[in-house]
Amino acid sequence: MKSLAELQAVKERSVGSLTLREHGATPNPGSSVRLNVLVCGGTGCTSSHSEQIVEKLHEEIKANGLEDEVEVVRTGCFGLCALGPIMIVYPEGAFYSCVTPEDIPEIVAEHFVKGNIVKKHLYQETVQEDGSIKSLNETRFYSKQMRLALRNCGVIDPEKIDEYIARDGYQALGKVLTEMKPDEVIELVLASGLRGRGGAGFPTGLKWKLCAPNQADQKYACCNADEGDPGAFMDRSVLEGDPHSVLEAMAIAGYAIGATQGYVYIRAEYPIAVKRLQIAIDQAREYGLLGKNIFGSGFDFDVDIRLGAGAFVCGEETALMTSIEGKRGEPRVRPPYPALKGLFGKPTVLNNVETYANIPQIILKGADWFKSIGTEKSSGTKVFALGGKITNTGLVEVPMGTTLREVVEDIGGGVPGGHTFKAAQTGGPSGGCIPASLIDTPIDFDHLAAIGSMMGSGGLIVMDETTCMVDIAKFFLEFTVDESCGKCTPCRVGTKRLLEILEKITSGKGTLEDIDRMEELCYYIKENSLCALGQTAPNPVLSTLKHYRDEYIAHVTEHRCPAGACKALTNYSIDPEKCKGCTLCARNCPVGAITGKVREPHVIDTDKCIKCGVCMENCKFGAVVKK
Amino acid sequence: MQKRISHLPFHDTPEQAQKLDAVIESLKGQAGAVMPALHQAQDIYGYLPLEVQKKIAEGLGVSLEEVFGVSTFYSQFSLTPKGRNHISVCLGTACYVKGSDKVLDRLVAKLGIHPEECTEDGEFSLTACRCIGACGLAPVMTVNDEVYGRLVPEDVDKILAQYAAK
Repeated sequence: MKSLAELQAVKERSVGSLTLREHGATPNPGSSVRLNVLVCGGTGCTSSHSEQIVEKLHEEIKANGLEDEVEVVRTGCFGLCALGPIMIVYPEGAFYSCVTPEDIPEIVAEHFVKGNIVKKHLYQETVQEDGSIKSLNETRFYSKQMRLALRNCGVIDPEKIDEYIARDGYQALGKVLTEMKPDEVIELVLASGLRGRGGAGFPTGLKWKLCAPNQADQKYACCNADEGDPGAFMDRSVLEGDPHSVLEAMAIAGYAIGATQGYVYIRAEYPIAVKRLQIAIDQAREYGLLGKNIFGSGFDFDVDIRLGAGAFVCGEETALMTSIEGKRGEPRVRPPYPALKGLFGKPTVLNNVETYANIPQIILKGADWFKSIGTEKSSGTKVFALGGKITNTGLVEVPMGTTLREVVEDIGGGVPGGHTFKAAQTGGPSGGCIPASLIDTPIDFDHLAAIGSMMGSGGLIVMDETTCMVDIAKFFLEFTVDESCGKCTPCRVGTKRLLEILEKITSGKGTLEDIDRMEELCYYIKENSLCALGQTAPNPVLSTLKHYRDEYIAHVTEHRCPAGACKALTNYSIDPEKCKGCTLCARNCPVGAITGKVREPHVIDTDKCIKCGVCMENCKFGAVVKK
Repeated sequence: MQKRISHLPFHDTPEQAQKLDAVIESLKGQAGAVMPALHQAQDIYGYLPLEVQKKIAEGLGVSLEEVFGVSTFYSQFSLTPKGRNHISVCLGTACYVKGSDKVLDRLVAKLGIHPEECTEDGEFSLTACRCIGACGLAPVMTVNDEVYGRLVPEDVDKILAQYAAK
């Protein structure tokens, strides 16, 4: 790729293949293709065999002689993971959900051949009373969303660079290299108000500005794809669905700060993302969009992948760089900051995947456009991975300032199974809980910090009344104890002691003094730890203490777990009045703890019982009680 | 998670040894080569026996202490062999909230082994992992490369039976 004109030529050549992918689009008269079938190839849908669906589609399309008329595309994540595997057929916009390979022959024969959409397999909310199909953008899940970082996810084939170029891909890089000076790029990003999406919310433009003037023989622009928070999969989805947007942005960052080499540090647990990113790098090199003298501007930039190996602390910037250097991923003291001394001791900028995914559009549409979205101090959107006790688990992107209520109730569809919303957890092991009483809090960096939680990278786990908040705090502490690298004492020893106190409380042996001691220890760990892992590790404890102190007290003074989740504090028994003696519980008990004769009340031997709750789930008469 | 170190004898085939030599050769002189070398060695052997780590240290010209420091730091690197069927239960937040701990309990009870252990007959090994990113399917476990989602503890019996029969 020597010039912008060549890029434009590729765009014009490819744009026709994408025109169909819109609700109600009209087929391109110059093409025989009349249907585009988009199948989700994200990790969630691939885990439920979307690959077999693609194979079956090709088989059936061939059998019906439709090869020239129907195009099958494997895209990135559509977001509604709860209904996977998902397949969308355009131009009708028919949203087939929970598709199995067995459904395919019928869908091909009826829909593709005869034009009759198979409505029983559709996402039911899209089918209107008069039988017509509603556009996806009008459904509850999608209507309040705004897809910027995810704009190409679920639209293009991430393994085809031409489709990315057709959607204005690499135009921003072209503009930057041919029309802008490095400091103009930095000023633009600074003016947009973009803040780091990895959790801390540091202004991206400022990060670049601090690095740019530092002279060295080699500088680096790196990408943090070590998405370690359990329950978070935003960055993975961007890399799986739109890897080129990240590469393009890294090259832009490289130009702005004067770096010629980039590394993407990515979790080895994300094989699909790694594969697609490698394909994207190869294609970009082939087109000359990475490599020497890009667009004839004299600017060189190349990207390599480095795999992580399952260490949470490597999400911290200095630890990540140490890990790229091939060593134990331990953080080091800052200053010097990476902007001065980073990877291999050279000036380095490190940004998160989602941050990068916003850059090309900011360059093309301008700082004012980006600033007009979101709130005053948090511009743009944020991607969240919705999980836990919520109907629509999946990936959502909303403007900053959207309230938690809108995300949970409208987009997420509320808590399933007749349960009630108790809290949402953001920020993973570094974050905190937002209780039901604060559900109308607007989600942005500052509001979440003000209520003792944090934005975090975007994991949003919903909990209902059966979740014990002390147990959740213990869960996160187990995580940080495991993942503490051991370099500094406050974190290594402090988190361990904190966990021990939590274990004491959840087993009913805690005292009120323990709660006080724990709180004091939390502040000690926060203030004295070397890196962000330790400094934020007590947050789950502090935020649950703040909002659910009564639950801690109930564990201590009444030896009772209000949510009925702490095993040591609950016992199962059978109400002889309600038990019909159907033997179902006894037959399902994994440890043979239930005895009784047919048609006579059964009894649970509490010494044998492992409190797995299977009896309670199986009882049709509600006779098993947990106290 | 505490690392367990295998005391089982190390078996090396000429083919595996040749592959490892090639990996070391291709990484010689590259900055930060230890981690990529360990990743590829684990692909070849399934785990990282001490003998393999020694070979990497000698080949790359770094101390064994440095290699061992790296292999024990990262949870992806395993110092114990895996069973013929490797089971991994996700204990990420989304799965945990949906009861994956109960799925793990059931596996422990059924197999008679704890996480990071292998059954005596070498058929099954078990591990508890952090988020694999399939939160939409929570709770999730994997057997080898197959993902099982939306589990209840009772599903474990059926799934184990499938693999035991093979």
